[in-house]
Amino acid sequence: MREVRVEGLSKRFGDRDVLVDVSLHARPGELVSVIGPSGCGKSTLFAALAGLVEPDRGTVTVDGRPATGTTFGYMPQKDLLFPWRTVLDNTALGLEIAGVGRRAARKRAEPLFEPFGLAGFEGSRPFELSGGMRQRAALLRTVVQDRDVLLLDEPFGALDSLTRTGMQEWLEGMRSQFGWTVLLITHDIREAVYLSDRVVVLGPRPARVRAVVEIDQPRPRELASAAAAAREAELLALLRAE
Amino acid sequence: MPSLVVVAVLVAVWQWAVTAFDVRPQVLPSPLRVVEQGWLFRDALWTNTVPTLQVTAVGFAVSLVVAWALAVVVDFSPWLRRALLPLLVASQTIPIIAIAPLLIIWFGFGLLPKVVVIALVTFFPVAIGLVEGFSSADREASNLVRSMGADRWGEFRYLRLPAAMPSFFTSLRIGITYAVTGAVFAEYVGARAGLGIFMNLQKNSFRTDLVLAAVVVTAAISVGLFGLTFLVQRLAMPWYAAERRRA
Ligand SMILES: Nc1ncnc2c1ncn2[C@@H]1O[C@H](COP(=O)(O)OP(=O)(O)O)[C@@H](O)[C@H]1O
Ligand SMILES: [Mg+2]
Repeated sequence: MREVRVEGLSKRFGDRDVLVDVSLHARPGELVSVIGPSGCGKSTLFAALAGLVEPDRGTVTVDGRPATGTTFGYMPQKDLLFPWRTVLDNTALGLEIAGVGRRAARKRAEPLFEPFGLAGFEGSRPFELSGGMRQRAALLRTVVQDRDVLLLDEPFGALDSLTRTGMQEWLEGMRSQFGWTVLLITHDIREAVYLSDRVVVLGPRPARVRAVVEIDQPRPRELASAAAAAREAELLALLRAE
Repeated sequence: MPSLVVVAVLVAVWQWAVTAFDVRPQVLPSPLRVVEQGWLFRDALWTNTVPTLQVTAVGFAVSLVVAWALAVVVDFSPWLRRALLPLLVASQTIPIIAIAPLLIIWFGFGLLPKVVVIALVTFFPVAIGLVEGFSSADREASNLVRSMGADRWGEFRYLRLPAAMPSFFTSLRIGITYAVTGAVFAEYVGARAGLGIFMNLQKNSFRTDLVLAAVVVTAAISVGLFGLTFLVQRLAMPWYAAERRRA
């Protein structure tokens, strides 16, 4: 469990600003959501944190030390499970790339199949999984790398609403059980309020931090509770403000 | 299989027409005669089939090695990609018909000129299939493996190489049929043995039936090798057929 602090991150592509002075922080074991209009630069922010895009300015520290290439576990928007690998080998991919032998990598991924609701599908191919299972497999692939902080880019965005609700409750349970520190991009305000300790609201392009809203409701929470409704309305107003 | 029905109908029409119009076998033998004479000369056909198979195998193997080497190099170097791909396309404008006799003059009647012809006709589809296959890898998938710590080599090994396999096998199928045709053509221009030179000699002695018998053998080889690529693909990427069925 690590504390992550992003300070003054800026990025421009060509002559277009995409990120302007973005700052946020997450304490150990917290989940911090990033919401903002589509195309505002949320994915670019994560790409910068994951070391895929070189930011022009700004610092990222973990427990006070500069972040490195192995700080963040990155789960992109698409599940990107490879059809030529079994589900187990897909989840072991990150470890294999990190130099862990194939057999040892599988050994480390295998015990997670039960808690991730994937038991019995180790030898299946990705196309045999349902949408929710594919996202859980992609998350397992991210988690098993044992990075300090998880970056989840709209993990449930492509799911139907019933599956999505189930996944949100499942993620909440898993997170409190394993104590992950998570940064989460979402366009679902309800999801943000339900899962987060803090919500960072970005404005339209270029992305600047418009507001940071603390969600201090005690856990376990309920989806769409009356207490949450006020926070949801507040976030919606922030997103809509000109 | 519908294509077998079509072949059967065509052969029947051919047989009927040859008998009905009393065509001389030197011009067009009946299919029955082709089969009869082919069977009678089966030893000669077989001794000429073996060298053709050898030439095809060696030529295509060389072509594969060169195509792989070039495609991998091009995948790693954008500069070489810009430098070599246009040359590759230009190589396809070489008229093999004009070049093949020259190759005999330069390299003799042995294996080399035939290998060169086969490589020239098959190298292009395989190399292009690989180059495009490597590039078919999802950009976001590249980001994923890089976030996992992969360097360019890791990206190639874990993503671009396996992603290229469907495209590779498609080009392999095209290449292998060209290889057989290329082998027969190269032998036709000049060889000590092989189906190509066999056809040439029989044509010169007006044995049209034996020329066609050799054509049938060539077609059978092509179809057989074509089928073999599916078998290899099944073994190399068992997931592919299942996924396609599902889609
Ligand atoms: N590599 C890049 N080069 C140029 N422009 C980019 C690049 N990546 C993203 N952008 C642009 O940055 C903007 C923000 O994109 P993105 O971060 O994907 O938005 P979001 O995830 O919030 O929907 C978009 O306008 C996009 O076109
Ligand atoms: Mg995005």
